[in-house]
Amino acid sequence: MADVKGNSSMSTRVPVREQDPKVRAANFDEVCLGYNEEEAVQEAERCLHCKKPQCVAGCPVNIDIPEFIHALKEREFGSAYDVISQSSSLPAICGRVCPQERQCEGKCIRGIKGDAVAIGKLERFVADWAKANGRKMKCALHKTGKKVAVIGSGPAGLTCAGDLAKKGYDVTIFEALHKAGGVLVYGIPEFRLPKDEVVAKEIENVQCLGVKIETNVIIGRSVTIEDLMKKEGFEAVFIGSGAGLPMFMNIPGEQSKGVFSANEFLTRNNLMKAYRDDYDTPIISGKKAVVVGGGNVAMDAARTALRLGAEVHIVYRRSEAELPARAEEVHHAKEEGIVFDLLTNPVRILADDQDNVTGIECVRMELGEPDASGRRSPVPVEGSEFTIDCDTVIMALGTRPNPLISSTTDGLEMNRKQCIVATEEGQTSLEGVFAGGDAVSGAATVILAMGAGKKAAQAIDEYLKTR
Amino acid sequence: MYKILEARNLAGPNYEMIVEAPRVAARCLPGQFVIVKIDEKAERIPLTITDYDREKGTIEIVFQPIGVSTSKYRELKAGDSFMDFVGPLGKPSDLCLSEEPEAIEALKKKKIVFVAGGVGAAPIYPQAKWLYEHGIMSDVIIGARNQELVLLEERMSKVANVYVTTDDGSYGRSGMVTKCLEDLIAEGHSYDHCVCIGPMIMMKFVCLTTKKYGIHTIVSMNPIMVDGTGMCGACRLMVDGEVKFACVDGPEFDGHLVDFDLAMKRLSLYKTHEGEAFLKWKEGKTHHGGCGECGGDR
Ligand SMILES: Cc1cc2nc3c(=O)[nH]c(=O)nc-3n(C[C@H](O)[C@H](O)[C@H](O)COP(=O)(O)OP(=O)(O)OC[C@H]3O[C@@H](n4cnc5c(N)ncnc54)[C@H](O)[C@@H]3O)c2cc1C
Ligand SMILES: Cc1cc2nc3c(=O)[nH]c(=O)nc-3n(C[C@H](O)[C@H](O)[C@H](O)COP(=O)(O)OP(=O)(O)OC[C@H]3O[C@@H](n4cnc5c(N)ncnc54)[C@H](O)[C@@H]3O)c2cc1C
Ligand code: FES
Repeated sequence: MADVKGNSSMSTRVPVREQDPKVRAANFDEVCLGYNEEEAVQEAERCLHCKKPQCVAGCPVNIDIPEFIHALKEREFGSAYDVISQSSSLPAICGRVCPQERQCEGKCIRGIKGDAVAIGKLERFVADWAKANGRKMKCALHKTGKKVAVIGSGPAGLTCAGDLAKKGYDVTIFEALHKAGGVLVYGIPEFRLPKDEVVAKEIENVQCLGVKIETNVIIGRSVTIEDLMKKEGFEAVFIGSGAGLPMFMNIPGEQSKGVFSANEFLTRNNLMKAYRDDYDTPIISGKKAVVVGGGNVAMDAARTALRLGAEVHIVYRRSEAELPARAEEVHHAKEEGIVFDLLTNPVRILADDQDNVTGIECVRMELGEPDASGRRSPVPVEGSEFTIDCDTVIMALGTRPNPLISSTTDGLEMNRKQCIVATEEGQTSLEGVFAGGDAVSGAATVILAMGAGKKAAQAIDEYLKTR
Repeated sequence: MYKILEARNLAGPNYEMIVEAPRVAARCLPGQFVIVKIDEKAERIPLTITDYDREKGTIEIVFQPIGVSTSKYRELKAGDSFMDFVGPLGKPSDLCLSEEPEAIEALKKKKIVFVAGGVGAAPIYPQAKWLYEHGIMSDVIIGARNQELVLLEERMSKVANVYVTTDDGSYGRSGMVTKCLEDLIAEGHSYDHCVCIGPMIMMKFVCLTTKKYGIHTIVSMNPIMVDGTGMCGACRLMVDGEVKFACVDGPEFDGHLVDFDLAMKRLSLYKTHEGEAFLKWKEGKTHHGGCGECGGDR
């Protein structure tokens, strides 16, 4: 396949088409355009079909990667989709947001001497093809007649619900917000994960399996887990309520006008579509925004503020190597012109007499001794304080699980970080109650949440079979 | 969809609606609120639960149209629906938490005064009613700018001793609620518990007054909210030097510990933005806001 531009050797991957950085900095359309059929088949050719495929081991839901890539090579796109959907119910999403470089692609043998096979982009292609060609997941034929309640419609809940429906259970998802999808709809922006074409379609797929979704129900407030089990006839419950509680730094000035949690900023923009003129919810991005943090959430908030017209700085206390965000997001953010102030930490937020933000005082950091996590911990450089002028500050410091469920469910064991305590299989301290995803692990990734939902579905099936 | 069974104009600009929401009605208690959204493109707006009927599965809300969203609600009629209606949110009022005989006995020993400002009468009503149904008679001060704006006087009078006061003296007593409260105390009433709900500025001044008299005071805070489940932090307040989220830690707080000045500043955050959105909505495509749609700026 030496005839394709930019791919003269099998050691480099077929480049994926993207929107030009200058153009996309002013719109919310998807940045990555994905492969077309020719490009996908060509990239699939690069797979070596290892006897002991490391990529499969690197995938938290163990998709049979060589098998689906093989089908791709043969142009059997439908079969490729069937292979993926045996292990994953949300492939169009995973292909877009998984940290592939640390999972499947990170283990790819091709990666040793060149580029790993672009497994994520291939997965995305297959899922998008299936959507365009009306290919659906296969449904259960027999029904068990047993009801299972799933709390939360993020990746953990959707996966658990989908798997249980495939096994013949009567599943209802209860979602606190007015739209299903969890972080996929309120957190991750349109330009990375289109809401109508991708997320809504994947959710419809899960509904096609027979899963019911009841929005506007807050478990712990609208109804309790006990009532679901005793009064509404649910024989098992899966808690996939995520880790949605934002953290602040507790520095002076944090209550000023113009300081937002990334959750608020992103929820206004993504769930409430504030970036569109025809939606009522307001959003303020200011002329110059500083985003504090270095994860995916920080990148998303920064790139959103940029698209709303702000000049954006990211302030992160460690160095580039420690940025926890996906490599692709950091790369895209830089391309779009976001300034990275690394080894920098905020000390206080400055405001005028009306309490409007005017700047953020920071201190330079240097890396000291490795801490418990093995990462070198940053320490402030004395006397290095300086101010960045800005009118908006967005705090993207991580999130914790919401205590609404734990505080209203007697006997549900929690750990010190307010996470639900559950076994590998998702069993909690209460009989018939299972949990997984960010609610158990603390903020993690889409695919890990899906893996947890999957294992819990299996455990729930085993539990209900013996009843 | 959540069907509107009744919709009517109350005093002045205020409106009342009864909405079908069985899950909310089954569990809500006085002091809690709902978040409503009228259609796909609308904002999520918090409104206090004014009354509920567990059997019929209905919730009553009272609102004052002030911006884009609440002005749209004014146009809704019986038979229309809200697209989203979620709740009950927030913690129930401390007064109405327990029906245990000891708790009720303890409440009976207290002298309770409610102070309602403007649309604040709506969230006061279910609390006064709950107390009444548990054999406790409370005093309620309803304050309004003028006679036209006095809210829920008749219904409130059935469950509490009501004192109405208007700023301009056009009805009832004359002067603001703080004056009425001090007058009542001077007339020999004594109180050891006050619940005050209304505009922030009014709650601030009532708290200054009750502090003088050493009356424990609870206020219901109404900051800007988005989700109402503790997820965004838009509703954060400083209470006794600590950050609190009104939607999950409140909305009721010890009024003597709330930083009202900060809360009021935060409430004005979207003022100009809201103003623009409101004009756009009200004037449709006829305004000269540089929207680019009308061609008027060319
Ligand atoms: C901005 C942002 C960007 C991210 N980017 C990436 C990325 O690129 N790649 C990646 O792998 N991961 C990313 N993540 C992390 C990933 O999204 C999460 O790890 C994942 O969504 C967790 O899934 P979950 O199902 O456990 O919870 P969530 O997706 O959080 O879903 C939980 C759902 O439960 C609902 N809920 C909560 N409490 C209740 C209740 N009491 N009753 C009813 N419903 C309730 C919530 O409303 C929510 O819809 C990102 C996260 C954020 C915030
Ligand atoms: C817990 C809670 C309970 C509430 N209960 C009621 C109720 O029972 N009846 C009722 O009429 N209202 C109630 N409110 C206030 C109501 O939510 C606001 O009036 C509403 O959000 C305004 O929406 P809007 O689109 O019409 O106006 P907007 O266009 O959003 O706002 C107009 C102006 O009001 C300001 N504003 C925004 N939010 C609020 C707020 N929460 N309070 C006061 N001003 C605000 C804005 O800064 C803006 O300047 C409650 C608020 C909370 C938080
Ligand atoms: S409204 Fe979002 S946290 Fe309270």
